Amino acid sequence: MSSVQPYVPNKDFIYRAADALADSHLQQALAKAGRGFVDKRSAAVTRVPNFEAMRDRARAVRQKALQDLDIYLLHFEKKVTEAGGQVHWAETPAQMREIVLQLCARHSATRVTKGKSMVGEEVYLNEALEKAGITPFETDLGEYILQLAKEPPSHIVAPALHKTRAQIQDLFLHHHALGERDLSAVEAIVDEARQVIRDRFLRADIGITGANLLIAETGTVAIATNEGNGDLTATLPRAHIVTTTIDRVVPTWEDASAILRVLARSATGQQTTTYTSFFTGARGDTDKDGPEAFHVVLLDNRRSQLLGSEYQEMLHCIRCGACMNHCPVYQAVGGHTYDSVYPGPMGAVLTPLLRHRDGDYQLPNASTFCGRCESVCPVKIPLPDLMRKLRNREQQEARFKGAGYWITKVFCALAASPRLYRALTSIGTKLAAALGARRGRFSKLPLLGGWTAHRDFPAPQGGSFQSQWRRNGKAQPPVGACPAGD
Amino acid sequence: MNTALPGTPLHVGLFATCPVDLLRPSVGFATAKLLEQAGCRVSVPPQSCCGQVAFNNGDPDATRKLAWRIVKDFEPFDYIVLPSGSCSGMIRLHYPALFRDDPRFDRVNRFCSKVYELTTFLAEVIDYRPAAPNCNLAQRNITYHDSCAGLRELNIRDQPRQLLKQCAGVDVTEMRDTEACCGFGGTFCVKFPAVSNRMVADKVDNARDAGADLLLGGDLSCLLNIAGKIQRQQNESPQLSKVQVRHVAEVLAGDLDAPAIGEGAEAQIPHE
Repeated sequence: MSSVQPYVPNKDFIYRAADALADSHLQQALAKAGRGFVDKRSAAVTRVPNFEAMRDRARAVRQKALQDLDIYLLHFEKKVTEAGGQVHWAETPAQMREIVLQLCARHSATRVTKGKSMVGEEVYLNEALEKAGITPFETDLGEYILQLAKEPPSHIVAPALHKTRAQIQDLFLHHHALGERDLSAVEAIVDEARQVIRDRFLRADIGITGANLLIAETGTVAIATNEGNGDLTATLPRAHIVTTTIDRVVPTWEDASAILRVLARSATGQQTTTYTSFFTGARGDTDKDGPEAFHVVLLDNRRSQLLGSEYQEMLHCIRCGACMNHCPVYQAVGGHTYDSVYPGPMGAVLTPLLRHRDGDYQLPNASTFCGRCESVCPVKIPLPDLMRKLRNREQQEARFKGAGYWITKVFCALAASPRLYRALTSIGTKLAAALGARRGRFSKLPLLGGWTAHRDFPAPQGGSFQSQWRRNGKAQPPVGACPAGD
Repeated sequence: MNTALPGTPLHVGLFATCPVDLLRPSVGFATAKLLEQAGCRVSVPPQSCCGQVAFNNGDPDATRKLAWRIVKDFEPFDYIVLPSGSCSGMIRLHYPALFRDDPRFDRVNRFCSKVYELTTFLAEVIDYRPAAPNCNLAQRNITYHDSCAGLRELNIRDQPRQLLKQCAGVDVTEMRDTEACCGFGGTFCVKFPAVSNRMVADKVDNARDAGADLLLGGDLSCLLNIAGKIQRQQNESPQLSKVQVRHVAEVLAGDLDAPAIGEGAEAQIPHE
């Protein structure tokens, strides 16, 4: 890919992670949310007889959809048009913004309500609308909180996961001129949000939502929500615009249900979300309500480049967030540390592939490959494998190789000759053991400053296993193996 | 699975892994002792690294080179046994993928099916049951860290617990989040030290909360990380409860003479 910028070593992730670890509000919010997600998913998957089979089925649906993506997309467009709607194709974020602004102009819109759309976040839609004099009102509670706080989402399912209740309470007291009141209970916060947002639904010219699935069979857009704001955003205004991407399409309703069966269970531990809404076209002659115009804007933004590549499986993603909910790195540092709409393991793969920004290669490196993400992914994306491939690509593209690269190279060259390796390491371990024998550990070591900043490094027992084995001839108690016994 | 002729002991190639070879040979000797008790003949051919470091740092070519060397050096054995879930997973799962489009694939694949992590080999392949326990640690409060690769790539969970019960009379006291990573992650721990530290600190907290005085695991690298954190904490706050760290092979074999991981001669306390 020629558009890839030269890689410049960038330690932004590390600095942001340090800030995140020191942020007590964030840590409080993460601790509360993290365990809830994990426990709820675990309970949900054990309540069904064979969740593994459901995962396999969902994966098969995603494979089938991507196999003939062009056919399903064109069929989707045909069906949307037949239902009185219109499909628009956007290759880049700029094109998507432009199309949405043109549609707003066509419908003389000045007020827009928005359901949660990660694609809207991906293309910075709110900023573009505001610049054009159009007021976007977020109607998803999490997105609304972030609009007040002027912050990006930190989680794809729970965008304001990083906020504590106290912080949300302060935001509401500051931004809503509603006099003295008690917002200490969650219910009070939700009631107030409902009260403030309801009026906006009624006054909006256009409603913009995302999509969880596009069903080619009938040209239907499916949205899974828990607040019902998606329905009000889609049906009350004069026009409904769906901002989504080409990889959301599935062939049939049967396929859609296979995805929906694993989506909520993986995301929030629900059997199904409170609302699962299906929108097909504009209001028909016999319909009592619904929008007069129905537009679906399909963004590519380099996703088509992943088709047929070694990263194609990333397009299986159904955006449930289970990978980040189970990621020990995400749990420690939160979503903003990833500096992308898409955080956690799925973001660590997707962000470098879609964005090509300096420093994005930090993301696939910020993983221990513990594999928990892959083990909970409802469509079995091999996330650690994909991160490993990105690390490989980083090495191939790097103009300047870092110290770690050369250390690995020298080590591998040595390891390729086991006898030489055995001779050298035998001497090396004896030396290191002699230095660390008394305490049994080192509190400082050259090249291992990252380790010894926070931990001691256990000293070698002295002499390598192989060299002792060779001397002893066979398995014997490790005489002389530990300095304590000398 | 027994490929040896009747009456001849299985010939096992012991692949110690870099951390055991370089830092804690006592784990290698304990592994050999267990295999011999189980009736195997044990050999330790010259060896180095399984290639995981290169593999995870984006160098598949260097990895293939090391992998092929190991295949050739170890394929004469009936079985190849490693005291590590991480390196066993590297070989069993990732070697075949590395040679997928290579004419050597069939030979690599055949080799990989003979490679086992120690506790899986003892519990599932040869059904190891010692005549008498090698030690008795019933009075210790023991918890177990399930290292990620072993747990998720090789389904190692029940095997060490079952063996600890049979060989050391020990019931494991489970700590919270036993499925969570300890934060080692190969070069991750030095590339992202603050995040890694947070993860290992959580792990140690969970072990202490479970009341453990001995933490065991099947992968030395994770154990070095956990022991290093415990010792740094104890150095800074001596009032903290003492938690020792050992590889499960040492306990199964009853080889407890060597000080626990990261403890020096001065720290030997009478406990066993």
